[in-house]
Amino acid sequence: MAVTEAPRIVTSRLGFEDAHTLGRYLATGGYEGLRKALAMTPEAVAAEVDAASLLGRGGAGFPAGRKWAMLRRSPVTYLVVNGDESEPATFKDHLLVERDPHQLVEGVLIAAYALQVTRAFIFLRGEFALGLERVQAALNEAYAHGAVGRDIFGSGFSVDVVVHPGAGAYICGEETALLESLEGKRGFPRIKPPYFPAAIGLYGAPTVVNNVETMSNLPWIVVHGGAAFAALGEGRSTGTRLFALAGHVNRPGVYELEMVKTTFADLIHAPVLGAGIRHGRQLKAFIPGGVSAPWFGPDQVDLPLGQDEVAQAGSMLGSGSIVVMDDRTCVVRAAWRITRFFSRESCGQCTPCREGSGWLERIMERIETGRGREDDLDLLLDACDNISPGVAWPPQQTTICVLGPSIPSSISSAISMFRDEFLVHIKEGGCPHG
Amino acid sequence: MSEPTPVAAPRRSSGAGPAPTHLTGDILHRARQLLALYPEPRSALVPLCHLAQEQDGWLTPEAMVDIAGLVGVTPGEVLGTATFYDMLHTEPVGRYVVSVCTNIACLLDGAVELLEHAEDSLGIGVGGTTADGTITLEEAECLADCDRAPCVQVNHRYVVARTSEAFDQLVADLRAGARDGEIPPHGTLVRVRRTAGIEADPAAVAEERRLSAEARAARDAASGPEGGA
Ligand SMILES: Cc1cc2nc3c(=O)[nH]c(=O)nc-3n(C[C@H](O)[C@H](O)[C@H](O)COP(=O)(O)O)c2cc1C
Ligand code: SF4
Ligand code: FES
Repeated sequence: MAVTEAPRIVTSRLGFEDAHTLGRYLATGGYEGLRKALAMTPEAVAAEVDAASLLGRGGAGFPAGRKWAMLRRSPVTYLVVNGDESEPATFKDHLLVERDPHQLVEGVLIAAYALQVTRAFIFLRGEFALGLERVQAALNEAYAHGAVGRDIFGSGFSVDVVVHPGAGAYICGEETALLESLEGKRGFPRIKPPYFPAAIGLYGAPTVVNNVETMSNLPWIVVHGGAAFAALGEGRSTGTRLFALAGHVNRPGVYELEMVKTTFADLIHAPVLGAGIRHGRQLKAFIPGGVSAPWFGPDQVDLPLGQDEVAQAGSMLGSGSIVVMDDRTCVVRAAWRITRFFSRESCGQCTPCREGSGWLERIMERIETGRGREDDLDLLLDACDNISPGVAWPPQQTTICVLGPSIPSSISSAISMFRDEFLVHIKEGGCPHG
Repeated sequence: MSEPTPVAAPRRSSGAGPAPTHLTGDILHRARQLLALYPEPRSALVPLCHLAQEQDGWLTPEAMVDIAGLVGVTPGEVLGTATFYDMLHTEPVGRYVVSVCTNIACLLDGAVELLEHAEDSLGIGVGGTTADGTITLEEAECLADCDRAPCVQVNHRYVVARTSEAFDQLVADLRAGARDGEIPPHGTLVRVRRTAGIEADPAAVAEERRLSAEARAARDAASGPEGGA
């Protein structure tokens, strides 16, 4: 079955034009989760989130409850919400911040209470001009409503929330780079260990970093209980998730689907979802979870949209974005563009990432533009191997953050799936697709 | 103009540098309010750069000197930080920065052709500004609007201009000022101001400062200076 009867957890209000206003939010059950949470102990709220088995929606899929439990006890702690959303073809948080900003704010307040943090920051990529305005407006309304600030709803709990604009740098999505950026510095990822900001985070204080969608699930979880969330989906992949579908489908867009119960084929072909490949063409390949993920071909299309299921098949669900390429796509050009992205966005701290991405980009460019050489494929794979030895999945880590080891994914996928097309480019001196 | 009471508990005092001379009036007032939102003044660096761009359209050397003084770093550190970020322009740009995404989803939907059309019709290359100072053209990485590919933003606001014709119409509208209400001049990023949670209860601030100092002392005692990370 393509679409289950699962409730809409984070997209329930999107049918309303005024979903971003406090009036609509309150009329549709808004801030009831926060009121309920404030009547519970912080520990009890965290226990519900743990019971929900909510996996982080930012890309790594780490359970939110476990992350919260790791927050080192300290008189000063912070919550930082990751709304950098810059992974190519990922556009779900865009929808949440623009269309339902109060849901995000309520989620942030629930987390702030459960974690008893000193202050919360919502970091949004600077290119979200409207999103920044919507979240700030929602926050202003929430302050006036008594939902944020001093003595929230008379509970005695106080917290301030600050909206912080980024300024255009993909790497700031990596959580330690985000913290550096929030401290007013260049977005250089921090050396690990410490592996988690929960030990040493913003200004050195213990910090929980969670994604916008992760936060947006919290009001529903508190109102309906962690068990109700965990009853949806299968195995470790519980609840629903936003999938951003892009590329050569008839109906690209963001779809909220119950985890595991839907397959990639359903997502691409179901009439209410992707509605099939455009112009009656065939599927050539798809990227299952952001451009850091290895590609899949038509024979993997029946895999379910589940974190472990996709991981076992050799890729990742990652940021929940699926890019569909039809049979007329030039895969060399596609892989080149992805490589160029990494080469531009590498922060430059680590040699394999900084130099490797540049080499790969130049070789890919010359193949695509008809100046490829016979040994270029070996050269590409060798350079990939230098960035991440073995070019395995999950990739071997050689650098400060995982951007570097993600670079080979698209090139090695494209070569292993479509070696012939690379050879045609090289032998015929250019792209047969024009 | 009175200084706002900080919400956060600054650990390092700002204003180490000379008094601002370039940022003025409402922009300076808002800059001081922003500073008060963060436990460390330096955290306001990027937001202040956005504000400076709101005043001048780009990040001028004079503004960087003021920002340095306000957040307590050197002007060189402001420059060094700002150049890391694509949205902070240390050279003048047009009234409208038009960004065309050519990343994967947009590439699959004709973005490269659209960008070529933009270059030809505007008579400038990527990074260039039209002679009348109206439009600066940029090639963008993914702008998180991939279901409406190819994606175009003007001053970081989404517009729909998926074909050559639609692009030409957009440019004509921008030149005619037809979209001024929706799209403010380059530099103005967030038009909604923070209206609450700016002035904090002094007792709460004192308490937060005390806790913060305690935490730092405990951490420094446990792991050496600055957390050892
Ligand atoms: C290069 C890179 C880019 C990332 N970009 C984002 C991003 O844009 N948004 C996001 O939420 N997480 C991003 N992440 C993941 C974050 O580091 C972090 O795992 C996440 O914000 C944690 O939130 P979650 O547990 O709720 O998913 C990125 C990671 C890497 C390595
Ligand atoms: S892997 Fe690349 S992006 Fe990550 S820290 Fe190293 S150089 Fe920077
Ligand atoms: S790839 Fe162009 S907006 Fe995402």
